[in-house]
Amino acid sequence: MNVQADREAMDRKELEQLQLERLEATLNRVQRSVPFYQRRFAEAGFDAEALRSLADLRRLPLTEKRDLRDNHPYGMFAVPLRDVVRVHASSGTTGLATAVGYTRNDLKTWSDLVARVLVAGGVGKDDVVQVAFDYGLFTGAFGFHQGAERLGASVIPVSSASARRQVGIMKDYRSTALVCTPSHAMTLADAALDAGIRPGALSLRFGLFGAEPWSESMRAELQAKLKLVATDNYGLSEVGGPGLAGECLERQGLHVAEDHFLVEVIDPETLAPVPDGTVGELVVTTLTREAMPVIRFRTHDLASLTRAPCACGRTLARMSRVKGRTDDLLIVKGARVFPSEIEAVLLEVEGTEPHYEIVLERRDGMDEALVRVEATHPGDEALRASVERRLASELGVAVLVELVPPRTLARSVGKARRVIDRRRPG
Amino acid sequence: MLRIRNLDVSYGPVAALRRVSLHVNPGEIATIIGANGAGKSTLLRSIAGLAPARGGEVLFRGSPVLGLRTERIVALGCSLVPEGRQVFATLPVRENLLIGGSVRVRRGLRREVEGDLEMVYRLFPRLQERERQLAGTLSGGEQQMLAIGRALMARPALVMLDEPSMGLAPLVVKDILLTVERIAAGGTTVLLVEQNARSALRVARRGYVLENGRVVLEGTSEELLSNRDVQRAYLGSEVMP
Repeated sequence: MNVQADREAMDRKELEQLQLERLEATLNRVQRSVPFYQRRFAEAGFDAEALRSLADLRRLPLTEKRDLRDNHPYGMFAVPLRDVVRVHASSGTTGLATAVGYTRNDLKTWSDLVARVLVAGGVGKDDVVQVAFDYGLFTGAFGFHQGAERLGASVIPVSSASARRQVGIMKDYRSTALVCTPSHAMTLADAALDAGIRPGALSLRFGLFGAEPWSESMRAELQAKLKLVATDNYGLSEVGGPGLAGECLERQGLHVAEDHFLVEVIDPETLAPVPDGTVGELVVTTLTREAMPVIRFRTHDLASLTRAPCACGRTLARMSRVKGRTDDLLIVKGARVFPSEIEAVLLEVEGTEPHYEIVLERRDGMDEALVRVEATHPGDEALRASVERRLASELGVAVLVELVPPRTLARSVGKARRVIDRRRPG
Repeated sequence: MLRIRNLDVSYGPVAALRRVSLHVNPGEIATIIGANGAGKSTLLRSIAGLAPARGGEVLFRGSPVLGLRTERIVALGCSLVPEGRQVFATLPVRENLLIGGSVRVRRGLRREVEGDLEMVYRLFPRLQERERQLAGTLSGGEQQMLAIGRALMARPALVMLDEPSMGLAPLVVKDILLTVERIAAGGTTVLLVEQNARSALRVARRGYVLENGRVVLEGTSEELLSNRDVQRAYLGSEVMP
């Protein structure tokens, strides 16, 4: 069923041979062209020549997001800038975003891989694909746009139009596939109801949802409300965007594009590999990227891996849904926010105390973030508004601020629990 | 068909190949491109048992061949057409070809060898015309045909060609490469080493780029042709789509 036998259903031995070849070629290229990796390997006493098997990969040093930031913008590129035909950035606030470059071949590979995710999720060339990710530096929209075009489907780049308009387009254009975050899909489902559009009046058949963690119960709700088959997909800008993994219609885990990525699962504390089936941190090595190969990138996403055969016929390993984060990253309206960034702003503002909590709620399908902070004059409306403005400009996403009198927020010993997430489970 | 993992070859203290891994699927034409001295010939010679490896693994049709004598490797179905043809100049064309089939003659397949001769003559009618001529008096292109024909006489499953276009006029090169395609179409797998990267990538389905004894790129021919490094280093131009 729409499985590319020579790529998605390879014999494990053949696949491992290809992975080894591509890993070695990638190491040879980064060793030659990326000073960061030359240094890093030398510091770690790792001789790239000594790599003999895929298992030896775990002897290589890990790459952290911080490394990408330290070498921002182009320090991680393995090709001259003139060979780069596109630059995206990882989602995140200005201080955290890092550049991601693509050569012409990278764009082609990327399109192929996203097309693969679309096909696995049921989409074909006759589908009308509504891409409701925000078009911009973020990789989600362009990734799916190109993948759907590659497939020959009809793409509607509706981007971040209002929910009402989205639903109108969905109805009038008879969109058959919806690509967005699961929370946005929920907003659209509710907007459709509000507009008096019965789910049956829409033509939707497939929903490809990703870019944030979600749950099985949310899937059930989306499938019921929008009358479609919802699949999960996974990718991250640092390793190229969507296309890394996607569910097939069995919906029993996300098939990893192992011919283009090596995915490991490690214990985030000991950094030792964990066995299949055990949840740990995903670590990704790119095997075919030309512009910006990344070796053992720590995603800080928690998931498990299985190599058990799948009923769909694909032999590619499957990862579980992302179960959480190893750090305290929050995803608010699709933007990536660390509490530490909020704290940094609060510390700079005169009149507020460094005691705060972040309350996350979902209202009318939309994330709402409220920051409660202690202030000497809790009634100071000008102060409150200015903190709101500062936070919005630093984080790139709007949050509400409430000033409370000193010593009213709970104090805890040790690691403070500053985040209260009241959104849907997952 | 062929699966190589971490092949290391050195000439004395000088490493010629470092940790080379590659594979060739049955029935395909794969190519290795690279600059002079990158290690392309060494790689083929090593597979053929002519250059001893220091480490690694070479599996031919599933069985390890590293360390076997060349004759044994040829008998298993892996033939090399060496760089610079190396035909027996003082022997006639026909004798040259029969030497290629000698592995089979010894195995009592004399009659089949006669048939193979027919097959080679069908592929290269020119060789039949010059059957009795001394190989040394043939043109460069004809000598190349003879060298390929000689390798095919062993009825290989995999034929490795080392720079078949070297020193030949462009029209002759085109001819030789057409023959390579016909050989593959006939069911023989081909591993082609070429300095003429553009031609090689035109006939091959997949390729590897060898640089200082290391593989730095693997991909379909289409991907390699659109890689800017390959364009600059081996195609001599930056092709715009």
